[in-house]
Amino acid sequence: MTLTTEADLAEAIVAANGPLRIQGGGTRDIGAPVDGAELSTRGLTGVTLYEPGALTLVARAGTPLSEIETLLAAEGQRLAFEPGDMRALLGTKGASTIGGVIATNASGPRRIQVGAARDFCLGVRFVDGQGQVLKNGGRVMKNVTGYDLVKLMTGSWGTLGVLTEVSLKVLAIPETEATLVCEGQSAETAVTSMAAALGSPFDVTGAAQMNGQTMIRLEGLEQSVAYRAKALQDGVLNGFDVVEGAASAALWSDLRDVTPFAGKDGAVWRISVKPSDGPALVRELGALSPDAIFDWGGGLVWLRVADEGDAGAKMIRDDLSHIGGHATLIRASAATRASVPVFHPEHAPIAALTQGLRAKFDPRGILNPGLMGA
Amino acid sequence: MQMPTPNAAILDRKDQIVKRLQSVLSDGAVVHDPIQTRAYECDALTAYKCPPLCVVLPSSTAEVSAVMRICHEESVPVVPRGAGTSLAGGALPTADSVILGVARLNDVLETDYANRIIRVQSGRTNLSVTGAVEEEGFFYAPDPSSQLACAIAGNIAMNSGGAHCLKYGVTTNNLMGVTMVMADGEVVEIGGAHLDAGGLDLLGLICGSEGQLGIVTEATLRILAKPEGARPVLVGFDSNEVAGACVSDIIKSGILPVAIEFMDRPCIRATEAFAGAGYPDCEALLIIEVEGSDAEIDDQLARIVKIARTHNPVELRESTSAEESAKIWLGRKSAFGAMGQINDYMCLDGTIPVSELPLVLRRIGEMSKDYGLDVGNVFHAGDGNMHPLILFDANKPGDLEKCEAFGADILKLCVEVGGCLTGEHGVGVEKRDLMVSQYNQTDLEIQLAVKDVFDPAWLLNPAKVFPLASTETRRAS
Repeated sequence: MTLTTEADLAEAIVAANGPLRIQGGGTRDIGAPVDGAELSTRGLTGVTLYEPGALTLVARAGTPLSEIETLLAAEGQRLAFEPGDMRALLGTKGASTIGGVIATNASGPRRIQVGAARDFCLGVRFVDGQGQVLKNGGRVMKNVTGYDLVKLMTGSWGTLGVLTEVSLKVLAIPETEATLVCEGQSAETAVTSMAAALGSPFDVTGAAQMNGQTMIRLEGLEQSVAYRAKALQDGVLNGFDVVEGAASAALWSDLRDVTPFAGKDGAVWRISVKPSDGPALVRELGALSPDAIFDWGGGLVWLRVADEGDAGAKMIRDDLSHIGGHATLIRASAATRASVPVFHPEHAPIAALTQGLRAKFDPRGILNPGLMGA
Repeated sequence: MQMPTPNAAILDRKDQIVKRLQSVLSDGAVVHDPIQTRAYECDALTAYKCPPLCVVLPSSTAEVSAVMRICHEESVPVVPRGAGTSLAGGALPTADSVILGVARLNDVLETDYANRIIRVQSGRTNLSVTGAVEEEGFFYAPDPSSQLACAIAGNIAMNSGGAHCLKYGVTTNNLMGVTMVMADGEVVEIGGAHLDAGGLDLLGLICGSEGQLGIVTEATLRILAKPEGARPVLVGFDSNEVAGACVSDIIKSGILPVAIEFMDRPCIRATEAFAGAGYPDCEALLIIEVEGSDAEIDDQLARIVKIARTHNPVELRESTSAEESAKIWLGRKSAFGAMGQINDYMCLDGTIPVSELPLVLRRIGEMSKDYGLDVGNVFHAGDGNMHPLILFDANKPGDLEKCEAFGADILKLCVEVGGCLTGEHGVGVEKRDLMVSQYNQTDLEIQLAVKDVFDPAWLLNPAKVFPLASTETRRAS
């Protein structure tokens, strides 16, 4: 049955007598496999409000991401947090939905400068585990009225409720972009270069190392991008060349979608650490023979390792317990995902808060049970 | 303003509670003399006052934890207090509450320029965070107008904004981690120098929770490299509608100014009389500031001026020097003081969709006539965060009540047109009873349920944010 209204979806949750597997487009299928009946938001479609002059868009959760991106592009705007297309990496099919983007807090390379999906989500409507229709936030950019459940719902992977509508802040597509590129830097040198660029006044919107290339992105008015590129080359970075236009854009969409790992086998981890810790972490994991991509100035490590045993889970998380950060197993066989905690295990007091919140939002424990851990 | 009846059993045990608190804190860190506790009887919402049972001023996370354990065991309500600059009554005590002030927690714990973070104790003032990093060319972006005095703890509690958040976001977008003491004294760490939480976004939930979920004692904040320069342009219009349309067009054009400030005629006249900044006598005025190198600023200002000209401005003044910039900002920065010269005022904080600006300003004007109270509007137009200043006479019987009713009507109007009650000041006690105009009972109940998880006994700032009737059974239990 395809649910097409919020009321139908609420009714379906009320009527549920067992676990539900919450689905948007199904393109970001990670987490421990959920054994439950599928509940899809794909039928809840449509942009209900778009005001380019107020930088605001409201859409039902099942609206395809591509539809929203096309609509925005027609007005010269975009989702600045750069949600990736995970289909090639994960081998999934279908069309990503805006609800899925928000439920997974999907954010790309620009996260380092403008923020994550959670920073652009202004309001949500959702149905909780008892079938109650709830709302929080709204469609204005500044809103401190009551608790910020918008942030709580963003990235909760359907474990607290099923999103039915989201309002988003959008931004203008800049006039132009350029990438400063340097080949062959060590990971440590690359992260030092990125830190220098990100710590400069030149408004860097991406800093990464992929395929042996260190990449620094600039976006904005044409004259300004040219000025800042030169300023970085002259005073901040050594040995960087400028790549412009479509070639520059291609670098960042490859990074956003983790394209270098798409055709290769193995388990893929997404690790968030303090940027300067990235290279050392990868070195310490040498026994796993990892293949690494560094985004977010070094703070986001995409790590490809052999999908054997625990796929390096214990080693990676032991290291992180000393330096801080978290690791999510993005891609692995169903067997690995069933035996390894896909999301980073939480300390006891935090886990207690998480469990407490889930018990309030979903007292029957039927929404994606097990997906984010117990 | 109704507050809960103080618990007589707690008042009776004052000496015992004070003794226990003194046993875990250094000399002088427990203020209990009724003359001295009066300094804590209100925050910047001075219309409401009540001295607390006592005040504690801990100097470490461990001390905060010890205080919370005692208050938890004694079932004493705790009202957290940053610098006491809340305009919403967020730090207003009840007679049976302990004020937990973070003023002595003001150290910088770590600055890390390579990773662009600073870790501070939460009592540190907003401006002194920037002060700690500006020599290295960095700054902390959220800039509430009270930034000289307000504490990071309060900024986190209220998710404070400021004039520059159109570009840089508010506190929640610049907060990376906290050390927080729970209601029962347990210390938890959330987030840190890395981005985004592994599990649920508890950091996002805590920011803006008005001290009801825990006491934040340390914070990891994102710092940014200072832009090379900034310069504004001032544009005057003969109608609010046209000024509003101009704001929309600028935003749509793809330029992201760091601030777009709006003043209406009553406010312009008041500031001119007070500060003499040389503003044109017009219906509406915009101050639009952009950042970058000199050439980048020139380029952006030229584009803004081009857009503004299509709206037939009555005045257009582009700054070409630091001196001219200061003059353009002078009136805006004196606006609150200027209004205060005329009379007492109440500052509201509703947010509206930018497109509704002309309608809302017109309706406020009509209501102003109905209520017989003057109002000036000065606000952050880029993000629709309004600050109507209602003038009233605190010494005139009935004026405060009239002003509050007028304010409530304006805020309800904000919600009606798709906005919200408060954009950056918080709910506190001031807008507590208006929450039902924005949220229905189910929407409120889930928020109360969140507090149940963090603070099952409802001891942390319990009489704030939600209508008293809706929390009564929880507070009593």
